[in-house]
Amino acid sequence: MSVLTADAKVRRIIADFPILQRPTSRGKRLVYLDSAATSQKPQVVIDSLVEYYSQYNANIHRGVYEIAERATAAFEKARETVAAFFNAQTQEIIWTRNTTEAINLVSHSWGQQNVRRGDAILVTQLEHHSNLVPWQVLAETTGAELRFIPVDDRGVHVLDNIDALLDGCKLVALSQVSNSLGTIAPLDTIIPRAHAAGALVMVDGAQAAPNMPVDLKALDADFYALSAHKMCGPTGIGVLYGKRELLEAMPPFLTGGDMIRKVEYAKSTYNDLPWKFEAGTSNVADAIAFAVAVEYLNGIGMEWVREHERQLVGYALDRLQTLEERGLSIYGPRDPDRIGDVISFNFGDVHSHDLASILDTEGICVRAGHHCTMPLMEKMGWPATARASFYIYNTEEDIDALVTGIEKAARVFKI
Amino acid sequence: MDDFYRDYILDHYRNPRNFGKLDRVDASAEDLNPLCGDQIRMELKLNNRGQVEDVKFSGKGCAISQASASMLTESIKGKSLSEIAKLPKEAVLENVGIGISPTRMKCAMLGLKVLKSAAIGELAAWPDEN
Repeated sequence: MSVLTADAKVRRIIADFPILQRPTSRGKRLVYLDSAATSQKPQVVIDSLVEYYSQYNANIHRGVYEIAERATAAFEKARETVAAFFNAQTQEIIWTRNTTEAINLVSHSWGQQNVRRGDAILVTQLEHHSNLVPWQVLAETTGAELRFIPVDDRGVHVLDNIDALLDGCKLVALSQVSNSLGTIAPLDTIIPRAHAAGALVMVDGAQAAPNMPVDLKALDADFYALSAHKMCGPTGIGVLYGKRELLEAMPPFLTGGDMIRKVEYAKSTYNDLPWKFEAGTSNVADAIAFAVAVEYLNGIGMEWVREHERQLVGYALDRLQTLEERGLSIYGPRDPDRIGDVISFNFGDVHSHDLASILDTEGICVRAGHHCTMPLMEKMGWPATARASFYIYNTEEDIDALVTGIEKAARVFKI
Repeated sequence: MDDFYRDYILDHYRNPRNFGKLDRVDASAEDLNPLCGDQIRMELKLNNRGQVEDVKFSGKGCAISQASASMLTESIKGKSLSEIAKLPKEAVLENVGIGISPTRMKCAMLGLKVLKSAAIGELAAWPDEN
């Protein structure tokens, strides 16, 4: 037994997740290696949802009765909790449905106001479709040019021509951690360079916020997007962070109820931050439950989360390397210090969907396909990959199970 | 699901029958399965009675999609386009047998969907949703 599998802290964490106590329909232990798609939820988060709906379900901001006031207070306290977790001001935290909606808010509101024909928007070749398609649409509608920071064959950013790429650039949009290859972006280099060139920076933090400490003040990104469901929270709630002066100057994205100050038949004035960007009834229950998730992660410690995953990635690389001579191809940076929470791979001539189906028979959940990064797959010449991703409740035993599962696929496919 | 990957399925995956392109194409179609990125193209050559004289398929993807398409091409020679348009999902299932999970059913049905699309001249519905 290694130190990590015996780690009492991980055992305690596993005990917090009811789904990890249930065997699969084949009676196997659930080996959940798809947290980059969505994380599992601890009991405290599930309890928070039940508590809201069973004790104080009411619409917020308007009701003057007791349960409405309790719901409003919990909803706004949740915003404070999340703002503190990421070291942002409370008014800078806008609730959205998810990362995708947060990015769309910026591309529509800030983008349509600030990007003109002849400007450039810079993204990377690693981007998830959610941080690519909105910028394609903005470029198309404004006549701006879409440029790409290239990556090498290990999926690592190549910054040799960054100054030329930044010339005339209004916005750099990039993911902090690649959901396909795990690459950690060199934000410490890119953000100051972008600012020096007069460009703003939007960071897609969907794959970083769950896995490492994120201090938005220190990071100095202008916009930052994340999803709660990848970090122990419920689905349907996410965050757009924006620097206050930028958000103040931006027009609303969606319009309607709750985002207004005064409405006349002919015109309206808009509410203050953050409500200016929160039209309609908000996702009250899930915002409150997300704050519980954030407090749960705070109790574990984000430094610990990063170190735990770094060790798991290192162990997984060591174990998977033993299968390379039998036809396993491992993609991405191959260095635990440069990888967030995911490892992508293919095995011989076994298509990743067939591999995932065989692993499923052993209770092992991995993702297979293009991971919403079709242009990257095309560039690398991979039809699809299998992807294992790790979180706070994973252990070296889970990785051992993955290796055993791949060996089973070798037997089934007679490799 | 692991029981699904029997020897003859792997054989059709690694040595697909009727794989390639035709020199003369009377009807064709192609489509993909957005779940997997599986792609299949079907090309048909008809005789003067309007029956399938030759068929070739091409594409890439998982063992289920490629083996299902390969086996399907072995069973349609001599059929008319209207007969192909009416082929039920069992035309695939009796080849590949049981044991396909619901999410992988589209992989199995992609070849039939493309074949029926070629027969009717427009994109056909997924056979498992009829």
